[in-house]
Amino acid sequence: MGRYVVRRLLQMIPVFIGSTFLIFFMVYALGDPVAAMFGDRAPDPATAAQIRRDLYLDQPLGKQYLHYMGQIFQGNFGTAFNGQSVTELMASAFPVTLRLTLIAIVLEMLVGITLGVFSGLRRGRGIDTSVLLLSLVVVSVPTFVSGYLLQFVFGVRWAWAAPSVSPEAPLNELLLPGLVLALVSLAYVTRLTRTSIAENVRADYVRTALAKGLPRHRVITRHLLRNSLIPVVTFIGTDIGALMGGAIVTERIFNIHGVGFQLYQGILRQNSPTVVGFVTILVLVFLLANLLVDLLYAVLDPRIRYA
Amino acid sequence: MTNDGRNGEGGGTALLDVRDLKVEFRTRDGVAHAVNGVSYRVAPGETLAVLGESGSGKSVTAQAVMGILDSPPGRVTGGQVLFHGRDLLTLRREERRRIRGAKMAMIFQDALSALNPVLSVGAQLAEMFKVHEGTSRKEARGRAVELMERVGIPAARQRVGDYPHQFSGGMRQRIMIAMALALGPDLIIADEPTTALDVTVQAQVMDLLAELQRELTMGLILITHDLGVVADVADTIAVMYAGRIVETAPVHALYRVPAHPYTRGLLESIPRLDHKGRRLHAIKGLPPSLTAIPPGCPFHPRCPLAQDVCRTDPPPLYEAGPGRASACHFWKETLDGAR
Repeated sequence: MGRYVVRRLLQMIPVFIGSTFLIFFMVYALGDPVAAMFGDRAPDPATAAQIRRDLYLDQPLGKQYLHYMGQIFQGNFGTAFNGQSVTELMASAFPVTLRLTLIAIVLEMLVGITLGVFSGLRRGRGIDTSVLLLSLVVVSVPTFVSGYLLQFVFGVRWAWAAPSVSPEAPLNELLLPGLVLALVSLAYVTRLTRTSIAENVRADYVRTALAKGLPRHRVITRHLLRNSLIPVVTFIGTDIGALMGGAIVTERIFNIHGVGFQLYQGILRQNSPTVVGFVTILVLVFLLANLLVDLLYAVLDPRIRYA
Repeated sequence: MTNDGRNGEGGGTALLDVRDLKVEFRTRDGVAHAVNGVSYRVAPGETLAVLGESGSGKSVTAQAVMGILDSPPGRVTGGQVLFHGRDLLTLRREERRRIRGAKMAMIFQDALSALNPVLSVGAQLAEMFKVHEGTSRKEARGRAVELMERVGIPAARQRVGDYPHQFSGGMRQRIMIAMALALGPDLIIADEPTTALDVTVQAQVMDLLAELQRELTMGLILITHDLGVVADVADTIAVMYAGRIVETAPVHALYRVPAHPYTRGLLESIPRLDHKGRRLHAIKGLPPSLTAIPPGCPFHPRCPLAQDVCRTDPPPLYEAGPGRASACHFWKETLDGAR
């Protein structure tokens, strides 16, 4: 197990280098960050050259990248062009998005798994069909539609929730955005759980559990659900990474100053250090979430061994 | 069927008395009549072997007795299951659950799939005590170890936390037996308990089961298609075909002279030491589809003795000697012909 973790961590290194180089290359080499700083005006050549030197932009791309990575490992993600350090932006943005993601994941697990279990146990009946249809609708509606819709209905029309989130982003204000963010994944979790439950409900060990005279709820939770959750856990684990980076639309709609918001601003203003820095962290989050999922496998299914 | 007084209505000796049990399955191809009026009795300490091909209804009958029928699509449509004189089919679900596992237990065929792969065997054994007796976690675990020792698992204390896949086939089946024995049931239903095992291990597991049964004077229903297993351990045999019992008899009487052509076909299809060099007979044809069981005697399309009456009149269970019965219009001829 220990050796497996070490090997997986080592495997992350090339993935990390590859993905960060790619994003670095795309942001720095394909755009001109200095020109972007000046907007419509033509920059004074001397000033532009000075900025390029300061920002290490006059060096070849490989060198730029090495310089950048060296700084990252010293905890310095550079300075956004507005003078704020990128680490400062991260410190304010990541906790907000983390809270948002947390709400989304909890909703996915509570609502998605519950719905999945109920419809899986009643496969082919009314509840099952309506849950399947509903999840299909939810999957097909893009977030910018469902987001504005829920914001209008719950935030404006009925005023049950705040239509936009204050800068401190307390948990209660994040409930509605969390639901919007979770919606599509929630539908997937429901379907995944349903299929898994329906498949396992006729398994021999479930019949054994019944023959042992266990109460129904124990048969379902301890025997059926334990075995059915393995694919669901995988999905939720990888979804953590996706949700953290993919909250761009949701954070825009509800004016949440999280990772997605900062990324959006960074891209809009060609704020290269912001974009590269945030993406680098997201890559790390994604890799670690995946490792965690693989380790969780062994906990859920003892037949899986790591060597 | 008990050996003594099997005609005594409600005879006090019966532990389990199944009367005219009927089970149906609703399938896409129509209603499958899986069990069509099965009756059998088991006394304490008695072993009843239920013999039949796959699809003969022997497992479904057992599941209906246990109350673990897949339902839907399965449904008990008639009959009684008297256990200690009480009809289980009329009990409330919760009352029935308390009996299940505690008073009557079941051993399944393939222990690898019948045990939960993600729970340790200790946890699966301890669960019995926790759920039925409210035993504390620690004590339940201790009793799980005792059970494992009881069924002959070496180093039980060290292995109680192991998972099913870490045991050999024979050891897994021993754990299944331990689980069935946990609460000292009065009746054990073993559904092909040795089919998935190596031949050498089969004998060990069967011996263990028989020994425990003797010791605890439990009733045992042994469901099997293996005539060899039956001969050593059973007291009585019930042969099933197309959801009906076609013959019941004390085990040795049946082996000596079968009273039903189907039983005779079964016996002639296995090699015997005393009939060396003879060709083995196979029963021609296939068992009928349960959605379209032929009228009259369900065996008539495959029966060498079939007459017109077999195609129209379903035979009742005829009394065919002491403690035996045969559902064949020509049971006398069958008995004589075999002699």
